[in-house]
Amino acid sequence: MKYKKLVIDNPQDLLFGLAPKPVKTPRGLEIGGGQVYSELNFTLPTMSINENTIKEVNRHYAEIAEGALQRALDLESKGVVLEFETLLEMTKTPQIGIDIVKIMNDICEKYYQKHGLACEIRLTPNDLREFERPALQRTSKLLEPMFELFDKGSLAGGDLLSIESTGGKEVSDSALMMCDIKGMFFAMIVLGVRDMQFIWKKIVEVAEKNGKIAGGDSACGFANTAMVLAEKKFIPRVFATMVRVISVVRSIVAVEEGAIGPEKDCGYEGPFLKAITGIPISMEGKTAACAHLSPIGNIASACTDLWSNESVQNIKLLSGMAPTAYMEQLEYDVRLMNVALREGKASASLLKRLLEQSDIYTDPQALVLSTENVIRISKKLIQGDTYIENAKNGALEALDIIEEALASGQMKLPEMETAYLPLLRADIESIPANESEFVEMMLPVLDQSHFILSEYGL
Amino acid sequence: MSDLLLKLAEAVEFGKVDKNAPYPPQLKGQDGASELTQQALEEGALPSAILQDALIPAMDKVGQKFSENKIFVPQMLLAAKAMGAAMFHLKPFFQSGDIKSKGTFIMGTVKGDLHDIGKNLVTMMIEGSGWTVIDLGVDVPSTKFIETIKANPGAVVGMSALLTTTMTSMQDIVADVRKEFPDIKIIIGGAPITHDFCKQIHADFYSPDPQGAVKYLKELAA
Ligand code: B12
Repeated sequence: MKYKKLVIDNPQDLLFGLAPKPVKTPRGLEIGGGQVYSELNFTLPTMSINENTIKEVNRHYAEIAEGALQRALDLESKGVVLEFETLLEMTKTPQIGIDIVKIMNDICEKYYQKHGLACEIRLTPNDLREFERPALQRTSKLLEPMFELFDKGSLAGGDLLSIESTGGKEVSDSALMMCDIKGMFFAMIVLGVRDMQFIWKKIVEVAEKNGKIAGGDSACGFANTAMVLAEKKFIPRVFATMVRVISVVRSIVAVEEGAIGPEKDCGYEGPFLKAITGIPISMEGKTAACAHLSPIGNIASACTDLWSNESVQNIKLLSGMAPTAYMEQLEYDVRLMNVALREGKASASLLKRLLEQSDIYTDPQALVLSTENVIRISKKLIQGDTYIENAKNGALEALDIIEEALASGQMKLPEMETAYLPLLRADIESIPANESEFVEMMLPVLDQSHFILSEYGL
Repeated sequence: MSDLLLKLAEAVEFGKVDKNAPYPPQLKGQDGASELTQQALEEGALPSAILQDALIPAMDKVGQKFSENKIFVPQMLLAAKAMGAAMFHLKPFFQSGDIKSKGTFIMGTVKGDLHDIGKNLVTMMIEGSGWTVIDLGVDVPSTKFIETIKANPGAVVGMSALLTTTMTSMQDIVADVRKEFPDIKIIIGGAPITHDFCKQIHADFYSPDPQGAVKYLKELAA
């Protein structure tokens, strides 16, 4: 890892709305520059996307943008990000995605010109490569439409570029279900890191060529999947916590390659990235309950710069369309954080403490997100000569933190959970720091028909 | 039930695949499902008794423990693996007709959708309850479902969808399948799916979890 020192090493300085390296957008948002903004995430209701429905698809996105921005304006919002996460068809046929960006960007521009509402679009093409198995991470033809969408979509107004890239997912899918932490290291820290290096070089190139902002990449298919599975009681929470911590090492590669933030919302690895690199981040918590449940509803916002939800369908609620309703919820949360910031350090620290304390000991995944623990773990994450060593050190520190909280009686976990702690520690300790040694160790125990090493430059 | 079958049931319940398997620690070095099944056959146990009295009740217990949140998925997967190791030795008796499967269940995540974690759990539980499962994977078009049904007359079909935009794909596939096989039973599931949607697209059954599907199939087979 490039980073040897934390940009923020005092937990008190890890605070919502303030990032050492704020990001300025064309319409005047200064993300991490002293206030928090909402980032709205939305999706289509039940419908298919094809020639016959495309008009209706476009109408939905126009309605979403119009409704959300009008509500933001009515609530005297200081600025908004709309996250457009594309669905398969919109990336496969990039023109569909590009047209939707255009439609929403025109609406953003209207609100900006007419009312001065600063609003930007984060464009997140979905990673089409996962449609091929075994995945052709570097040679897939599907990279073409993906990058056409990045390129032309950014020119059409998708000013912040992001992705939830899927390198290593072909291994992590089964490793997650088996709670195989070594498999997760292999998936994320060997394959994932290598794929991040590959794909983010290209994304940063597009951003630089077009004068746009390379945002970030969340380990959604890995760490969020783990969190959702743990929430369903399918896998242990302590295991999901380990996956989250090591995902930092994978997601930080985007920043090493030139991404400047804001990090993507479903990456709860964001706080660690902010401490290590100083970039602004986006987070979602209780506001993501429209798409999935989580154990980190409040604590997730403790040091965020954009406050987000998860895909909410454009359906009618009694109050109005669902994305409009979510816009309102985000805006009120953001107002609270901003008034605390305006009142000064004491108020902001108090609010942060309440957000943290309300969740911290209810779940190990919340525990590791308190800013104090984020700093403790981040210090370990930058220790080591290889990505694997970084991840190992971070994970072992997180295990220590969990065990301390159990020993002090502040956190309680059932035996089913605690039984995993020594197993996880032993497995993590057994991982060699050297990549080729680790690959050699893992190849015989993995189903090699699932992945192609050369697609990862191995 | 003989001691051997009791031991076999225990091996499956706790996921002891074979003698060399390191898991679970408390059964280290002991025979696993594979060896125990072989021994039972050698001692003259009826293949159908091995299945009905040891394997299926063991998986039933596993499913029960899972529903009650007493075990996690890995334990369930290991149990399924142990069952698989036992079934390997019983395969010839299925072919010869000495044991009958409860039926064939064809499962896939619908066209355009890649989410497969839920689907995999469903297939595993159904397999554990004595059905022969054909897993078509993800992104499965109508043609593949239809082809597979043709090759397996009388099969029951399961479909999973996780995206609002692939629910319509599910609707189309159900319609396509119905056109060719008007009486086939189709069960559906996935996070955005509801009872209402099930009715609307003329599928036969919706369950929010695998246990519901196992129960429904049990009633069908009875
Ligand atoms: C994990 C996940 C992923 C993983 C999938 C990993 C994998 N191998 O499956 C990854 C990261 C790859 C992924 C990708 C995408 N995802 Co996704 N994903 C999820 C998430 C967080 C959890 C799904 C899951 O695995 N749950 C755990 C399993 C066990 O639960 P389950 O699938 O519901 O299954 C249970 C029951 O439903 C039932 N069941 C399921 N099937 C069946 C079938 C039968 C017959 C029966 C009886 C029962 C049954 O039994 C299961 C066990 O109880 C959901 C959130 C959610 N609310 O579901 C989003 C979600 C579904 N994804 C979403 C999106 C947008 C996407 C992407 C488009 C993202 C992108 N821009 O890249 C891509 C789409 C890829 C594609 N074409 O399919 C959105 C959907 C929005 C919409 N329009 O519908 C959601 C809601 C999240 C969000 N962003 O808000 N995703």
